[in-house]
Amino acid sequence: MNPDQNRNEGGSEIPNGSAAAAILSAGVGCFCVSLFDLLGDAFPALGHFFNFYNPTGPLSGVTTSAILVWLALWAVLSRAWKIKTLPLGKINIATFLLIIAGLLLRFPPFGDWLQGR
Amino acid sequence: MLHGMGFGGLLLLAFSGAMIQLYRIFSPDGASPLSIREQKLLRIYLVAMAVLAWGTVLSGAYLVYPWYRAHPPIGVTDLAAYPQRYLLASPTTAGWHNLGMEWKEHVAWFAPIALTMVAYVFIKYGSNLTRHRQIRNAAFAFALMAFIATAIAATLGALINKNAPVRGGTVIEFMEGTK
Repeated sequence: MNPDQNRNEGGSEIPNGSAAAAILSAGVGCFCVSLFDLLGDAFPALGHFFNFYNPTGPLSGVTTSAILVWLALWAVLSRAWKIKTLPLGKINIATFLLIIAGLLLRFPPFGDWLQGR
Repeated sequence: MLHGMGFGGLLLLAFSGAMIQLYRIFSPDGASPLSIREQKLLRIYLVAMAVLAWGTVLSGAYLVYPWYRAHPPIGVTDLAAYPQRYLLASPTTAGWHNLGMEWKEHVAWFAPIALTMVAYVFIKYGSNLTRHRQIRNAAFAFALMAFIATAIAATLGALINKNAPVRGGTVIEFMEGTK
């Protein structure tokens, strides 16, 4: 790692690991909302699994599962990265690619095309 | 009312204030830094926005959506009280569900996740954010993304509700033949 990546604009060492964990896990959480819904749509067995609360249907399980993944990943990464300074530029890019993928995956024309409909 | 005009409407209004304040501290030149009192206020403001965002999606998914997707009992021909079925019954309105609701019901969840992250980062780093350009950029982009997700969901929700209003009621039948 480039030593400059460990320094903030003020020149002192303030770990950015906590922020990196929050940013990346939020991106993964958003992506999982779309991914789980797409998988539930493509595979009926998974769709039934995601039906946690019948009046709301599979949306209940899709969103609950994505939130659990987001919070679990956030907790794990926070613990691992708490005192580290990471290359946040790369993490930001990865996060926003995940968000764009999440937005696209559940945009119906694109999602349907992926499923061959 | 609670979902759209209460939580959702307040959240959309709150974005304008938040974006201006976030831009003040996140702008590259840092020309107008916030006072300690303003930072405290912004912390409370961002937490309130995250709470509003969670309130919006949870009330939407667990209070309004069951009415929207309710199945009519056998023999019912007037689908006005069953918005999803009403929209799908005609090719001219099916797109409101197949495209509008299908996208809205998922993209809306991006907002509370993003706003929770923004509130956390602001609380955790506070005034130190002025020294972390990449965290500032990410937090501002997430706030902007949350606004876009909320705006998409709100606009589609309003348009869908105009075509097939969700009226609610005391009796909901989710599956044909169930009690």
